[in-house]
Amino acid sequence: MSQKTGAQIIWECLLKEQVETVFGYPGGAILPAYDALTQYRIRHVLVRHEQGAAHMADGYARASGKVGVALATSGPGATNLVTGIATAMMDSSPVVCITGQVPGPVIGRDAFQECDVTGITLPITKHNYLVTRAQHIAPTIKEAFHLARSGRPGPVLVDITKDAQQESADFDWDDIEVRLPGARPASGVLPDELQQAVELINAAQKPLILAGQGVIQSGSTEGLLQFVDKTSIPVSCTLLGLGGFPASHPLNLGMMGMHGESWVNHAIQQADLLLAFGMRFDDRVTGNPATYATAAKKIHVDIDRAEINKNVQVDLGIVGDLRDTLLQLNEAVDECSHRQWNADIEEMKGDSAVRDIQTLPDNGRLYAAHVINDIWNLTDGKAMVVTDVGQHQMWEAQYYKHEFPRQLITSGGLGTMGFALPAAIGARMACPEGEIWVVCGDGGFQMTACELSTCAQEELDINVAIINNGYLGMVRQWQEFFYEKRYSATPLRNPDFCLLAQAHGLQTLQARTRSQARESIAKARRTQGTVVVDFRVEQEDSVYPMVPAGNCLHDMIRRPLEENPLVETAQSRW
Amino acid sequence: MRVISEYRDPRQSPLQTLVLHVEDKPGVLDRVASVFRRRAFNIASLSVGHTHRPGISRMTVVMEGGAAEAERAEANLHKLINVLSVDNVTERPSLERHLALVKVRCNPANRREILQLCEVFRARVVDIGPQALVAEITGSDSKIEGLVEVLRPFGILEMARTGAVAMSRGKQASEQGSRPGSGTASENEGSTETSNRAAVRDRISPPVIERVSLLSEDGRSLTAAR
Ligand SMILES: Cc1ncc(C[n+]2csc(CCOP(=O)(O)OP(=O)(O)O)c2C)c(N)n1
Repeated sequence: MSQKTGAQIIWECLLKEQVETVFGYPGGAILPAYDALTQYRIRHVLVRHEQGAAHMADGYARASGKVGVALATSGPGATNLVTGIATAMMDSSPVVCITGQVPGPVIGRDAFQECDVTGITLPITKHNYLVTRAQHIAPTIKEAFHLARSGRPGPVLVDITKDAQQESADFDWDDIEVRLPGARPASGVLPDELQQAVELINAAQKPLILAGQGVIQSGSTEGLLQFVDKTSIPVSCTLLGLGGFPASHPLNLGMMGMHGESWVNHAIQQADLLLAFGMRFDDRVTGNPATYATAAKKIHVDIDRAEINKNVQVDLGIVGDLRDTLLQLNEAVDECSHRQWNADIEEMKGDSAVRDIQTLPDNGRLYAAHVINDIWNLTDGKAMVVTDVGQHQMWEAQYYKHEFPRQLITSGGLGTMGFALPAAIGARMACPEGEIWVVCGDGGFQMTACELSTCAQEELDINVAIINNGYLGMVRQWQEFFYEKRYSATPLRNPDFCLLAQAHGLQTLQARTRSQARESIAKARRTQGTVVVDFRVEQEDSVYPMVPAGNCLHDMIRRPLEENPLVETAQSRW
Repeated sequence: MRVISEYRDPRQSPLQTLVLHVEDKPGVLDRVASVFRRRAFNIASLSVGHTHRPGISRMTVVMEGGAAEAERAEANLHKLINVLSVDNVTERPSLERHLALVKVRCNPANRREILQLCEVFRARVVDIGPQALVAEITGSDSKIEGLVEVLRPFGILEMARTGAVAMSRGKQASEQGSRPGSGTASENEGSTETSNRAAVRDRISPPVIERVSLLSEDGRSLTAAR
């Protein structure tokens, strides 16, 4: 046992939790911690905005499965974390945020940079703490890490007063017992539930697996593969589930939902059994819930009891770890072939191929889908891709074929623009090896473009693809479809992204044609350091298929067949 | 969020009674209330107090809504780490009590009448002044309503009411058991899978609700007669 200051205890705890990297920004109320940092071997990444710190911690967590850590000062530093915390909460990402707070004795007096950050983050954290004594720091941080990664993972915030960082206390990590009488693990599948599930699965003629992020987070990829190999049940992934089941597997149908493949949505609507594994029936996945898969019995496996029957009423809800559940299911289910059902789905593909923009010949214009497809091709499908939010995100989901878990990092639940660049920095820190591509829109890129500076300072090797269409593309698409092309506040007058990146000392490339795009991708891959590629793509292209919000899942807008999108219509502004 | 113009009289809505045991720590009430606020469930009443066990508080939350809403509230409350147990006692043999203090205008001329009315309702008169008296009453919501109705014509000067406090009847404590999907924890003595299942079954069994309404019906007719 030894005496340490609260500030030292913070770092001691992080070392004990095997934290190697933290993302943060200093300020008065966290200064003692920053001062103590000089004594510790932990890499600190200085961000340019605290939102970036939270997204980086999140990206780190998503890429590695470990807990990501963000640090900020009180008041404005802490409130800047909010968007990042909410993003992590919606996507169940294990993140611990440590914030400074004004000294205990002045709390409640509106002291300089005082802010009720536990109050503000209460609904967007799994749990949060205000610590006012040095002796409470270690137990709290230990508990915070435990909470962040256990059960359904999520963000936890620890707000520590400045005086608690300054005073001394005993530090004995091993002596701390995490006692959480209110937090209890899920029971797992019960024998009668297992039996019911097996009966339903064995009896189903048209079963379908809906694979969510839970597959990735619980490490169920193997188990799912075995289950599919035994039962021949086709799989569709949610956006966050992509990579949980290999895209190349013959029974992987592709993504479901608002911008899912049309045959997948049709198959869901016709299925007689849905096996929802670690997904939560988000409204972007179900369309109108009243008309969702009405013919199907539904089995829902989730670690979080509150997800069962939240959006969709299910016939069997299993609250438990997916990996264990799959292990038991794999033992118990019958082998099956489902030849007819899989043939039926094949037939549902119909004219999808000819509607696919990939099949259109090169007409000298650059389409976002082509860019994504080329990135996929040239990276041999092996890169980790971090996307922002918008059209490019959906094209990425459709045209990059994700083979393995944690290959796609994207903000699904909150849909946070500005997520990609900082999340990629976090992912880079978590995975020093391998290739990382950021795919982002020209709008979202500008929300956190300041983090280019972080890339430069940390000398990170990241390829940034800006899918530059001169619009807030996804909103423009909605305006085109549902607001009679009134492009209110969606055209963008952008800076020269290449000049902007060059100002940060980074390498840049620009592409306006398909061949330039390929060359740029190849060149970016060969170039060390952060490379920003400005892809000037077709400006008024839309993501198809699309289920308009609130519509039935099978009621999709398809890419028009006769109205060839390659016909010169709109005048390109490039 | 609930739209303000959509205000509904809570007494017109179906109500669900949840009994919570929580750690007695700062901010816990906020967290619990936040679950209801965030999911847009309206709280009809909420009362908090200590239990016989140090460090553990008990909350009775009466919420508007049906069984499905209560189920969702319950599932989300379980996620709060300071919440030790949640129990929906709505359909369970259980007792529910409110307490009210009613200050009513009275003078020597009508004092006898008021005292009599209080007696009929088993209300205790705890203070008498030259122009007012204070009656204390415990019981069901409707019993208290009954007293309030008969006292109203005399002129109610002030009233303080608690929310409901509830407790299931018999040997079974409302503080353990109903945590489906959480059977394996060792910290939780008594909460085994079987008792979880039993609790779930309990909830499905026909309702035996004890509403101690005593003389409220009479009280109403009395008022009507005046
Ligand atoms: C922080 C934030 N603000 C607003 C939105 C709403 N929104 C969703 S997509 C989108 C447009 C994105 O445009 P861009 O980044 O250029 O990408 P594109 O759709 O063109 O690929 C907007 C504004 C959002 N998701 N996040």
